[in-house]
Amino acid sequence: MNKTELLTRVLNELKEEFGDAVIESKTHAGDRQTRVSREKIHEICTWLKEKHSFTYMVDMIAADRFTSEDRFELIYHLMSLKTGLRVFIKTWLPEENPTLPTVSDIWTAANWNEREAWDMYGIRFDNHPDLRRIFLPEDFKYHPLRKEFPLLGIPGSLELPSTTPDSE
Amino acid sequence: MELKNRITDKGKPTFFKEHQIALYKSLEDKHTTVEVEEDPLGTRMILNMGPQHPATHGVLRLLLELEGEKILRTRLDIGYLHRGVEKIAENKTYQEFMPYTDRMDYLSPYSNNVALCTAVEKIAEVDVPDRAQWIRMIGCELARISSHLLYLGAMVMDSGAISFFIWTFKERERLYDIFDNFGGHRFTISHSRIGGVHNDLSPEVIEMIEEFCEDFPKRIVDWKKLLNKNRIFYDRNNGVGAISYDDAIKLGLTGPNIRAVGIPFDMRKFDPYLKYDEVEFEVPTRLEGDNLARYYIRMEEMGESIKIIKQCLEKMQKGPIRTDNAKKSYPSKDEVYYSMEGLIHDFMMTDTGICPPAGVESYHAIEAPKGELGFYIQSDGTGHPWRLKINSPSFTNLQGLEKMLDGEMIADTVVMIGGVDPVMGDSDK
Repeated sequence: MNKTELLTRVLNELKEEFGDAVIESKTHAGDRQTRVSREKIHEICTWLKEKHSFTYMVDMIAADRFTSEDRFELIYHLMSLKTGLRVFIKTWLPEENPTLPTVSDIWTAANWNEREAWDMYGIRFDNHPDLRRIFLPEDFKYHPLRKEFPLLGIPGSLELPSTTPDSE
Repeated sequence: MELKNRITDKGKPTFFKEHQIALYKSLEDKHTTVEVEEDPLGTRMILNMGPQHPATHGVLRLLLELEGEKILRTRLDIGYLHRGVEKIAENKTYQEFMPYTDRMDYLSPYSNNVALCTAVEKIAEVDVPDRAQWIRMIGCELARISSHLLYLGAMVMDSGAISFFIWTFKERERLYDIFDNFGGHRFTISHSRIGGVHNDLSPEVIEMIEEFCEDFPKRIVDWKKLLNKNRIFYDRNNGVGAISYDDAIKLGLTGPNIRAVGIPFDMRKFDPYLKYDEVEFEVPTRLEGDNLARYYIRMEEMGESIKIIKQCLEKMQKGPIRTDNAKKSYPSKDEVYYSMEGLIHDFMMTDTGICPPAGVESYHAIEAPKGELGFYIQSDGTGHPWRLKINSPSFTNLQGLEKMLDGEMIADTVVMIGGVDPVMGDSDK
């Protein structure tokens, strides 16, 4: 059985198990992304890990769709080291107060990835052990990868140390 | 609780105040189950290391809580080299963005170029001629050797031997010379193009690579003689920074770090790209999961890379080096200079660039020297990516470092950073 068939089987089982929570599936160039409802995301992730040995979290991708409804998107990129399958589970979040349950209890690797999603897009994760910004300092109040953030940045948004010597 | 009060009381940040306080707070909160409230001997301290520290391989900052010489818990603070390349990518065409990838993992620029180009080729469905793929493979493997050489030099220097760094740099210098003739640049090569490569290999550079392939294995033999049974080096690395099989998977380590716990996870075998399914090579693995295992793996990998390069040179046939489809890749310079269509196509490629179909997304990863380097691209049908996410190996591995450091000795910190081999340009994006 090749990988495509195997992946189809896994996704069919997912559909059977969770029914309406699995919304749609799209394929391009051999990668298939499955969109699920955000209420079930934690259960689906647990199920994938327990049932289909997706024990390895490769990455987590946040994106800004810039639409009025369901503005943000979060993609869980999982991998099974046993079968070599990659699965992309995607979920949409509202613009106002985007929050998801953390999956860092399932894969420790999600810890930093969730911090990155918080830093760059302002997506919050419930029960995350240490939700701080990862790249930018806490003093910074914007989420720079959101589409409305200007490419040149916002002048004065960060207090920088004085570069003039003996300025005291 | 006495100690807790002390961290934030004593450390009065003057700069990025909220950030520093949050970091101290987070260190305090880490494993809250282990609470020592009294410290009668005054052996507990918080040590800040970096971001300007010669042994942290760039601008890594560590906050270590020590009890005497033992590290109780650690917090890593990254982001001092954050340039927002993902934001830049959204505002550039795919080809324009390619030189930025050179500056990510700046120890192996060639692999990064190839990673981006293969990812774009996947989403836009561009075919690449065989010869270009072989050239890319040679470049990638040379970059792997170059990166591992720096690892080797820096790590051995971290464990106490200065001269070694100079020897590995002598070999790296030769690699720079090869790259100079390869694509016209020594360091940031930007040689790969979407749909192929920039220029063909000249007979001189092939000769240089062949010479290097003959000569370099002898150096490896010498270095192995020096290091493998060296008591100081062995003791300094054996059992240091060990990580278990389960933890390595949970933390999602990648590259030589995960192969050091016995998982033969290598994208070249796992999910072959370019022509890696047509060459023969081994994926070295070890079981110990410590620093020494990582050293052995990288040492073996350099030998394997030489094997791959030799096979590439043998199997490479003459042929085009870039796809001959003006809608999908740049035309050759000859065409641009001598035909009007060529000039128009060149202009169109620069102006609009290659446009993948609207609303599609895909992921492609290669095995960079430090692990899986992947690009997740979402397209909206224009020449700019809507979203380009970089899955960088150093970011993933540094998360593992935070775990590895807990419970080790302070003197081993530097060796462990060297062993994990992070590049901050890569992890900070």
